[in-house]
Amino acid sequence: MNRILATAATEFRIALRNRWVTIAVVMMALFSLVLSAAGSAPTGALGADRLSVTVASLTSLAVYLVPLVALLMSFDAVAGEVERGTLPLLLTYPVARAEVLMGKLVAHVGILALAVGVGYAIAAIAAAVVDPRALEGAPALWRLMWSSVLLGATFLGAGYALSAVSRRPSGAAGLAIGLWLVLIVLYDLGLLAAIVADGGGAFTTRVFPWLLLANPADAFRLYNLSASEATAAAAGLAGAANTIPAWQALVSILLWPLLALGLAIAAFRKVTP
Amino acid sequence: MTQTLTLSQLTKTYDGVTALRDVSLSLASGERVALLGHNGAGKSTMMKIILGLIPYDGGNVVVTGAAPGSAEARRRVAYLPENVAFHPALTGLEQIRHYLRLRGQDAGAAMGLLERVGLAHAATRRIGTYSKGMRQRVGLAQALIGHPALLVLDEPTSGLDPVSRRDFYALLDGLAAEGASILLSSHALTEVEARTDRIVILSKGVMVAEGRLSDLRRGAALPVAMQITARPGQGDALARALPGAVAQGDTLHLACDQDAKLPTLARISGLGDLVADLEVLPPSLEDIYSHFSRRDGQ
Ligand SMILES: Nc1ncnc2c1ncn2[C@@H]1O[C@H](COP(=O)(O)OP(=O)(O)OP(=O)(O)O)[C@@H](O)[C@H]1O
Ligand SMILES: [Mg+2]
Repeated sequence: MNRILATAATEFRIALRNRWVTIAVVMMALFSLVLSAAGSAPTGALGADRLSVTVASLTSLAVYLVPLVALLMSFDAVAGEVERGTLPLLLTYPVARAEVLMGKLVAHVGILALAVGVGYAIAAIAAAVVDPRALEGAPALWRLMWSSVLLGATFLGAGYALSAVSRRPSGAAGLAIGLWLVLIVLYDLGLLAAIVADGGGAFTTRVFPWLLLANPADAFRLYNLSASEATAAAAGLAGAANTIPAWQALVSILLWPLLALGLAIAAFRKVTP
Repeated sequence: MTQTLTLSQLTKTYDGVTALRDVSLSLASGERVALLGHNGAGKSTMMKIILGLIPYDGGNVVVTGAAPGSAEARRRVAYLPENVAFHPALTGLEQIRHYLRLRGQDAGAAMGLLERVGLAHAATRRIGTYSKGMRQRVGLAQALIGHPALLVLDEPTSGLDPVSRRDFYALLDGLAAEGASILLSSHALTEVEARTDRIVILSKGVMVAEGRLSDLRRGAALPVAMQITARPGQGDALARALPGAVAQGDTLHLACDQDAKLPTLARISGLGDLVADLEVLPPSLEDIYSHFSRRDGQ
């Protein structure tokens, strides 16, 4: 445990020096500000409070941004150590490879939580200024917050795994961008195309919900949007999936970080310095 | 005496290339052993195997009574890799504090360690701004953490200036006196000669010589060189008295076998007042080294 904390403290310091903390926080803050400004058109007609509406747009933002930031922070984790030549010495220390990765994960999750917290807080304050009823949306915001952190943890783990598999930072960066494109962009497009082609057949009713749950980003969107009815209108793909109970999405959100970390540890164990 | 390290018939091949073949070696506690050999002889490979960083194909390795790379072995073995590297964004102090915590030690000892390797003045600067020798010192400092039973040092003095090298070997003497075994590789033969108990010479992955320097010297049976200086005006007479010697001004150079050393010396001292001075030069470690690394190798 001490070794994990020591690794986390050092990793956090490195991220601070490399400006990753600043970049992540500024990025989330900036996008939240832009969203709040863009969404300031009257929405009273929908009957939802301001903050719930903000949460809906933050959800669609987070689906893109959180995995991206997580992958950018993590792709260097193992490959960078290999390239710098710091890995052989580290591996002769009485620290397990799993502990090394968990230490990095703690630091990076902390940074993500900070960035997400600052970004969402800005959006919440902006909403509260405009709408006195905004407090009603506070639970939704809280849910978005911790599920964003879990989504980030999933992609951090995935980033470590890719980093260990490729062993070169350039290769790991390529794989990370590829993973982001496939899981976040192409996956949904593919599903949409399949639904259209299927025309409400067996695929749409049987296979499709499972495919949505299998993708951590879709599960995240599903969970946050299904939890607030007011935002169903904004749900897009999720609209086709409102048959999926929220608890199933929650299970997916909770399991993925563990699975990703397990994959990362398995891949890291295969690296010979 | 307890053995901190035992290699028996160690063999390692990198897809087709034999890096080590049937190497057997053991280190007692408090022993300092130097590993010599040409580039690509297998020194670093042997060290990485001892540390459990890479697998081996044949033979047996026991490190502090445990398997190489096991938790027990890692707790008691320190390593200094060749071309040691650290994260450039950390300061020397932060890096050593981190390594101390990984070994479960008090991070407060970091400054003391940096002082021991003469790096206290730069402790709070980033390692990215360090010179090569300064990085090497950070590497040495981390190898001192927690009284290791075995130190495996891959070219520890590369990049160190002559004074620091002397300090470094003094540090090793202290560690060995406290009972630590030290295995170090080096290309600087002269410093190894004076500062280690035993020498191991690898050539193309094969151990071609092993033992104390005096034993190796005897085993190599290299000729002893003598320099005899004649008294003024006696150069020609001396040269006639010592056929086989090569004259160079007033000085004669003579080479003889180890066995013939004492009779030759007796003969020279019998020449009485022809001789002004006599110098006996035993074969240097360089000579012994090239003798052994050539014999089975190149
Ligand atoms: N990862 C590797 N893959 C393939 N061959 C390797 C690898 N590492 C080392 N070798 C080969 O093993 C042999 C021994 O290499 P090693 O690094 O142990 O030499 P060394 O004695 O440390 O040399 P130097 O004095 O240059 O440091 C060399 O022929 C080298 O090419
Ligand atoms: Mg080497």
